[in-house]
Amino acid sequence: MLEKGKLSGMRRTIIIFFGIIAILSIIRVATGASDLTSVGTAQAALLLSVPIVLAALGGLFAERAGVVNIGLEGMMIMGAWAGGFMGSKHGPWVGLLAAIFFGAVGALVHAIATITFGVDHVVSGVAINIIAAGLVRYISTILAQGGSWPGPSQSPDVEPIGQNGLPILSGGKYFGWQSPDILNSIGEKNWFLISDISRVLRGLTGELSYVTMIAVALVPISYYILWKTSFGLRLRSTGESPIAAESLGVNVYAMKYWGVLLSGGFAGLGGGFLAIVAANHYQENQIGGRGYIGLAAMLFGNWRPGGLLAGSALFGFADALQLRDSAAIHALLLLIVAFLLFAAWRSFKKGQRIATIVALALAGFFAWFFVAFEELPGQLVTMTPYLATLIVLSLASQRLRGPAAAGLPYRRGGLK
Amino acid sequence: MRFKPGKIALSIAAPVFAAVFSLAVSSASLLATNKSPREAFSLMWEFGSGAGSLMEAVNLATSYYIAAIAIALTFRAGLFNIGVEGQLRLGSLFAAYFGAMIVLPPVLHILAIFLIAMFVGGLWASIAAYMKVKRGVSEVISTIMLNSVAGGVSAYLLSKHFMVKVEGSNDLATKPLPASGQFPDLMPVLKKLGVEEQPGGGVYGMLLVAIVLGIAFWFVVNRTRFGFELRSSGMNPIAARVSGVNSKKMTFIALVASGAIAGLAGLPTLLGDTHSYTLGFRGGVGFTAIAIALLGRNSAVGMAISALLFGFLEVASRTLELIDIAPETYVIMQGSILLSAVIAYEVVRRYQLTLQSHALAKAGDK
Repeated sequence: MLEKGKLSGMRRTIIIFFGIIAILSIIRVATGASDLTSVGTAQAALLLSVPIVLAALGGLFAERAGVVNIGLEGMMIMGAWAGGFMGSKHGPWVGLLAAIFFGAVGALVHAIATITFGVDHVVSGVAINIIAAGLVRYISTILAQGGSWPGPSQSPDVEPIGQNGLPILSGGKYFGWQSPDILNSIGEKNWFLISDISRVLRGLTGELSYVTMIAVALVPISYYILWKTSFGLRLRSTGESPIAAESLGVNVYAMKYWGVLLSGGFAGLGGGFLAIVAANHYQENQIGGRGYIGLAAMLFGNWRPGGLLAGSALFGFADALQLRDSAAIHALLLLIVAFLLFAAWRSFKKGQRIATIVALALAGFFAWFFVAFEELPGQLVTMTPYLATLIVLSLASQRLRGPAAAGLPYRRGGLK
Repeated sequence: MRFKPGKIALSIAAPVFAAVFSLAVSSASLLATNKSPREAFSLMWEFGSGAGSLMEAVNLATSYYIAAIAIALTFRAGLFNIGVEGQLRLGSLFAAYFGAMIVLPPVLHILAIFLIAMFVGGLWASIAAYMKVKRGVSEVISTIMLNSVAGGVSAYLLSKHFMVKVEGSNDLATKPLPASGQFPDLMPVLKKLGVEEQPGGGVYGMLLVAIVLGIAFWFVVNRTRFGFELRSSGMNPIAARVSGVNSKKMTFIALVASGAIAGLAGLPTLLGDTHSYTLGFRGGVGFTAIAIALLGRNSAVGMAISALLFGFLEVASRTLELIDIAPETYVIMQGSILLSAVIAYEVVRRYQLTLQSHALAKAGDK
């Protein structure tokens, strides 16, 4: 039964994936925004999705153990800083390990506050975000005063990490053998849809950093750990019903600590990735709310690894477009209008008058925007990922169900 | 009644613990960089307790306090408005722009500016409120996203539509407010009380507004039916609904009212000092105010004390540069105070519960 459901889910995912590319190719042809399905955009989207995936996985482990982790942002900041600090001294791999460690240190504070002392999870998380930002600024200022850093907001450069592509399809290099690059040559042919698909696939499989490969592999690994091992079952049971779990002999406190510490490790790695792979040094405000976006991706993905991957890909794509080409964002406005009209139609059929009016008004607004601006002003383009988060959450969030006991304090023996 | 001295000691215990812990952490971080904590703290005290520094600390605290009230209002309703930063930014921008356009007599002009700022802040918050009530989107996430969007929108509006050319400066700014729209300084009053004028100093008149807001906050939340419904829908939405409170409506009202108050939080700087909104308009107030609301336990008096403390630390730490210490030390202090305070409050609350249950058990034995 479950296997059958999974298969059809897999098929659905593939259909949706190619469906989206088809819609994008149509918009590309209609508006001439060729960056919508270019190799570069797909590459950038993947690169920008990875930190969000990692943050979302971090959120997943914590919330499945019953702890809400708004502190992901702060843990990513610590990770990015550590990545820049240690990476510039001892090389990128040490930097990534340091990033994981520092993220976990931030998570330890969160765990002590929420699990041991029962502080409100959101309060503790926000406190950690404030402290992390202040702490790294403080230490960076000292490092800049000492002259070992170029400035208080930037670390020295980190060496790049190696990369490779799939053999045969995407032109990887193996033991000195340069494989052909089939997808790229199809992509350059400019056949409608076929070339679009191969360009996107080429972007997703060629010239991958090794860390990207590890990060993507962490999604199925997390699924396996959480749903196929007894550790995962115990961890999830503390998030659904800690009292029942305790009565079956699960050490609820230990499970929650594991969940939060893993969460911090993931977030730290996400921060380190931003500093070392996506850029080549740590920079202040590098995280820019990606911890929160990761949390939103996890909500959107209904607290499941596959779902959060889809959510992160969406935000990564929006982010890549706004960085590369604002003309493409302009074209995407049409897609948003279509979405909103669909939402309006749905709520009209359900008889929700206010929701219909709101959706129609928003659709009208974005349509006006599309017509009024030939080219979007830069300040507005930068907010694309945040707007995408808002729109997606408000379209999706009513069908979502998280772990039953997430966010609730737990005391052994039911004491308050 | 017998337990009263103990009770007072307990309620002081948490803040004292937090202060000691924070001193320990910041001393440790100073020692780690080979600086003398004693020298640093005595210098901070010496500089910070000067009249000019105190006035500046009060001015900083005025904004913090108003923003903290906005956040506390949502806390009391079981919500969390992290969007104060964006609400106050847009509120200030529109207040500065339209405030400079309208012509009104002095007092009315300021009132009109207040209304504009409150309207814009409330309107911005109503997006999150609508998403929360109608679509079930967590206000924590949506207000954070709206902060980033507000940053983009305000930068766009300022640079493309609201800006006027400033002679000899690269900073983008709105047209300055006319004299009727500027809030008078409290210096003349203070002088009569024997306070000497300080170079570059003065106390924003908005301090009075902040005090009135604080009293109103205390009264509305604790002494009115509206406040009761607000708190009950926060503490136990199901019980509130059963007893006839429309908790969705309360959620909506709480978020919008919070946004309206947040809109005011940028005005002390705007009406008292800069008189125009610039690209470098003081940021971060909304986030610091979260810490202040948490530290002050959402009580009008507690938040006032925390706001003053944070203002003091911020101003006093500027002097640390003289002895080659990063002035960001104050962030460490504020952060460690916050974290240790929330933990200490929780520990004390549990201890009180234990005491209560012991007392009950004893009473039952008799």
